[in-house]
Amino acid sequence: MAAAESRKRQSSTAAGKPLPHDSARLHVSGTAAYTDDLPEPRDLLHLAVGMSSKAHARIRKLDLTEVLAAEGVVDVCTASDIAGENNCGPIVHDEKIFNDDIVEYAGHAIFAVAARTVDQARKAARLAEIDYEEREPILDVITAVEKESFVLPSEQLQRGDADAALADAPHRLQRRLDVGSQDQFYLEGHVAMAVPGEDNTLTVYSSTQHPDEVQHLIAAATARSAKDIVCICRRMGGAFGGKESQAATIACMAALMAVKTGRACKLRLDRDDDMIMTGKRHDFVIDYDVGFDDDGRILGIHFTFASRCGISADLSGPVNDRTIFHCDNAYFLENVDIQSHRCKTHTVSNTAFRGFGGPQGMYAIEYAIDDIARTLDKDPLEVRRVNFYGVEDRNTTQYGQEIEDNIIHEIVDKLENDAKYQKRRKAIRNFNARNAILKRGVALTPVKFGISFTATHLNQAAALVHVYKDGSVHLNHGGTEMGQGLYIKVAQVVADEFGISIDRIRSNAADTSRVPNASATAASSGSDMNGKAAQQAAAKIRDRITEFAAAHFNVAESKIEFANDAVTIDGEAHPFEELVQLAWFHRVPMSATGFYKTPKIHYDRETFSGRPFFYYAYGAAVSEVVVDTLTGEYRLLRVDIVHDCGDSLNPAMDLGQVEGGYVQGVGWLTSEEVCWNDAGELTTHAPSTYKIPTCSDLAPDFRVQLLQESPNREDTIYRSKAVGEPPFMLAISAFHAIRDAIATEDRPLPDLQAPATPEAVLKAIEGGE
Amino acid sequence: MAADVTRQGVSAIDTPSNTIRFILDGERYELANVDPTRTVLQFLREDLGRKGTKEGCAEGDCGACTVVLLELNAEGDDVTLRPVNSCIQFLPTLDGKELLTVESLAREDGLHPVQQAMVDHHGSQCGFCTPGFVMSLFTLYKTNPKPTRREIDDALAGNLCRCTGYRPIVAAAEAMYDAETDTDWLRQPAAQDGRFKPPAVRVDALRDLQREASLQFAAAGRSFFAPLTADELAGLFANHPEATLLAGGTDIGLWVTKQHRELETVIYTGRVAELNESRVTASHIEIGAAVTLADAMEVIVANYPGLYELFWRFASPPIRNAGTLGGNIANGSPIGDSMPALMVLGSSLVLRRGRSRREVSLDDFYLDYQVKDLRAAEFVETVRIPVLSDDVIVGSHKLSKRFDQDISAVCNAYRLELDGETVTAFRMACGGMAATVRRAHNCEAAVTGKPWNEETIDAACKAFARDFEPISDMRASAGYRLRAAQNLLRRFYLESRGELEESVYAYGRS
Repeated sequence: MAAAESRKRQSSTAAGKPLPHDSARLHVSGTAAYTDDLPEPRDLLHLAVGMSSKAHARIRKLDLTEVLAAEGVVDVCTASDIAGENNCGPIVHDEKIFNDDIVEYAGHAIFAVAARTVDQARKAARLAEIDYEEREPILDVITAVEKESFVLPSEQLQRGDADAALADAPHRLQRRLDVGSQDQFYLEGHVAMAVPGEDNTLTVYSSTQHPDEVQHLIAAATARSAKDIVCICRRMGGAFGGKESQAATIACMAALMAVKTGRACKLRLDRDDDMIMTGKRHDFVIDYDVGFDDDGRILGIHFTFASRCGISADLSGPVNDRTIFHCDNAYFLENVDIQSHRCKTHTVSNTAFRGFGGPQGMYAIEYAIDDIARTLDKDPLEVRRVNFYGVEDRNTTQYGQEIEDNIIHEIVDKLENDAKYQKRRKAIRNFNARNAILKRGVALTPVKFGISFTATHLNQAAALVHVYKDGSVHLNHGGTEMGQGLYIKVAQVVADEFGISIDRIRSNAADTSRVPNASATAASSGSDMNGKAAQQAAAKIRDRITEFAAAHFNVAESKIEFANDAVTIDGEAHPFEELVQLAWFHRVPMSATGFYKTPKIHYDRETFSGRPFFYYAYGAAVSEVVVDTLTGEYRLLRVDIVHDCGDSLNPAMDLGQVEGGYVQGVGWLTSEEVCWNDAGELTTHAPSTYKIPTCSDLAPDFRVQLLQESPNREDTIYRSKAVGEPPFMLAISAFHAIRDAIATEDRPLPDLQAPATPEAVLKAIEGGE
Repeated sequence: MAADVTRQGVSAIDTPSNTIRFILDGERYELANVDPTRTVLQFLREDLGRKGTKEGCAEGDCGACTVVLLELNAEGDDVTLRPVNSCIQFLPTLDGKELLTVESLAREDGLHPVQQAMVDHHGSQCGFCTPGFVMSLFTLYKTNPKPTRREIDDALAGNLCRCTGYRPIVAAAEAMYDAETDTDWLRQPAAQDGRFKPPAVRVDALRDLQREASLQFAAAGRSFFAPLTADELAGLFANHPEATLLAGGTDIGLWVTKQHRELETVIYTGRVAELNESRVTASHIEIGAAVTLADAMEVIVANYPGLYELFWRFASPPIRNAGTLGGNIANGSPIGDSMPALMVLGSSLVLRRGRSRREVSLDDFYLDYQVKDLRAAEFVETVRIPVLSDDVIVGSHKLSKRFDQDISAVCNAYRLELDGETVTAFRMACGGMAATVRRAHNCEAAVTGKPWNEETIDAACKAFARDFEPISDMRASAGYRLRAAQNLLRRFYLESRGELEESVYAYGRS
């Protein structure tokens, strides 16, 4: 079967080819339409949100007189205008769209105002008179843990006997880690436009990873049903998890105002409001206690994870679960005890962000490994290898899943060799011996990332394919396009199934009226699931045409082949459109749905055991840096990556995910610092204060390879692998390269915390304050 | 408020002085009844429905809104080409210029070479930043025939991409010159030995837009003036002392887009002839207050190569192309990057008020946080920077979380004069360390007259700690600011002795 698919791929016209993004020509010419670019209905109103200025308070009085009197203002919308449920919490219904009593963070939405122009709405939103009765806020994780302020119950996973292993271990060390938050900083901020239709219907254009959720939450808020609401998203200007649950809040506000005013309403958040009002990556405080032997093998480890969830559960449950599932990374932890606290703080509710809790878990174990190696004066790579999961044994995760596809050994061997890791490590030691101020460092870190939603029921997808009489194809599936190239990859699958060229296919916007009940495009699962669903839909139509043609031409079905934009019947090629036309004429249905549910997975959340992941994606990176020990400034010099995409559906798109994920991860661990002041106000709410990497931060020598000849061992779409999230965590190598650069004989274990801003690096160099 | 727009083919037509006129896609636009603080981006997206140009931040920090301005040069025979952030550029500042947006580049018969290279090298993922990148790349394409990697980085320093990690965009920048070109001037890359001059018709069209009388109008309850001479500016300001002086708008733009401030009267300095000139005499570099940072830094760095890295890291090309040296100084932010260096050089400001002028040392100009020695209706006319002898060592360091386009946590500048090993004069000024940019007098005293050695530097660092009590904020803690500023002084010492050749940023770059 794997071999058969590989053969098929060699004759493929589309799948496996590095085709450009389906919208590339539109992107570069400025003609790709994002939600705010869509034609605006004539009487459109623009919205702005009135937010709490206090981190924790009761609203004694809300006076919107001035807001309503402001120029251009048409109406306001508050909690009392909500006919249905005042909720935008995706799993737990614990977050309100508009708050009328208690506000729980500086930025919490109180009302929306609608005006004729964006400027008018934004000016008016500032005019509310709000009388607050202030309450004590909890603004940090440590305080939250002390006060047992949690959004969800704490969880624990144990395997073996960590306490006994720690007690008996020849070596033992403990550390506390801070790892910072991160704003998604999609270039297109949140935006939604709700257009009322006849008979209480609404069409909502939303920049969302999850149109289905937007549809359902709007239906609930407006006291309608899902059939009355259509949510459409052709593309997003970036999302990275930030538009998985958060988009619904914005869309609900636009929809509620559209219902109230009977007019089309658009809410586009200003960048500052977007950063203040919408959730980010969870920052964590992590404690570990690790015991190990003389080889650096981990004998027992105890982790305590405490994350800032903000005011509500949002997706924090599964995010923190994923931390539990990824604090092993690629290492066998025989005796392990993991505690996980989901802290409630009076800050914005944190949410999904590429990696979804996985990065923080991996960060913890990689730090422990680095500490072990430095304690034993060993190359950290050696200690990593000692701890890697085995292929035949030592291959069951702490949650009981047997790893059947372990390729980390070959990836790391290849990377070590290709990157000349050992030679460069020696050269760096020589350099550091000669230089007092500038120090270089290098690190190689692996990634093993579990693919599937941990909530089993979300692992389903559907597609709808139409073949028109002229041989062109309309493709619909539940996936959303946020730049990752999902649409071209799924189109490549459909092209292959029909043996036609890619330009015969048009991908439609994600649209809840075409494909219902779709899961969020998240968990890296977009092409795995939608690719399979679309394959099935296309295959249904192809099989119908085949069946028809066999009867019509009186040949065996085995003599009919779809390839090169033609259907070859017993050796004679008929242009695809001719055969489609003929089949239509003979009343063959030319539309089909496809459905996919990821097989093999099961998982019991009560015991944290089962097989939550269909398979794992692997990769490894070597990063090299130079650090100025006077200031803590640093620069990436060279990066080598080997990453596993299985048999890539589109190597160009996948390479883009690997490179982009790595750089985004470097941002998380270096320059991107999310700061709050003592009043609980976010102080980094614009690109002037929040610094994502720029072009000059890219390593001048950046070598990325996709692992070749390594098809997925599971039956995924053409044996490809998911690629959205895993490469993000390759950036942990950059962090440890910095740590490597500043480690000395006197300071073998620098206390470097993330993000490693120049200030954090200097602090580690100087041993803290 | 939407403007009344008239479009017509380009031809010399007399228009009243209250109409903004500029060229877009070969057509002359004449705009009356324009809110003076309406941005170019609002005009493009909301009035013209031209949605290719995007808003990412509305503060000039992300580059999604980048457009290109063509302006007639001083001689009137060629054009200059500059990328700017349309989100904070007020619409009336387009007057007399040609505007190019991402839609201007593609033709019916195909994409522009820059656009095609972006497609070929997978330079877009979500595509939202892409129009801005295309315009920055287009500027590079037209102005630099063979950029180094460092020049590419610099050209893109004002554009954020969150998807690609930039590698494919750099690849596109390197490959965009390989395309076949035709006679379309927009598609001709910079010539190896200079720029391809634009066709006469393009230059003529711009020349036809130039004014004899200044643009001035009132609309939406606001007034806008674009005086043409310093005398006219002085007179206007005297009559409207409450007016906001607008230069590049890289800060004032944010007053409007972020703070929603109402500016009733705006006087634009961008058209004042004298303020847009710089000249170098035997004793001074004199830079008109409205000279852009990009142009000013070229003149300054030619005299003081030690300031190269500072200016290279100063904001981003779109900001340097709009923002002015005079604006940076007059704005008087404690984190303005030009002032420490200008201060140690002994620069002064020529201040103009009505017909009278006075010269104030930059050392004395800043009185307190956002308080300057500037009277009502007084403005900075000229920045005078002494030309020092070649043995004076001048240096500067900027420290921030990110290399490019970041606001300094600390910005140091130094001026050192040695007689043998003895320091005959030493000046140091710092940004980010106090309520204003200012000199480090205790530190200076600890160095002046002493041997230039480590002992002196140790003493200087101690003294420095008495000069400043910095604050903690999201950019840096007080402790780090102090410590790093001291360490940067050590770095300057090492650099002056040739013991530290490269900064981490120069390391590994071509």
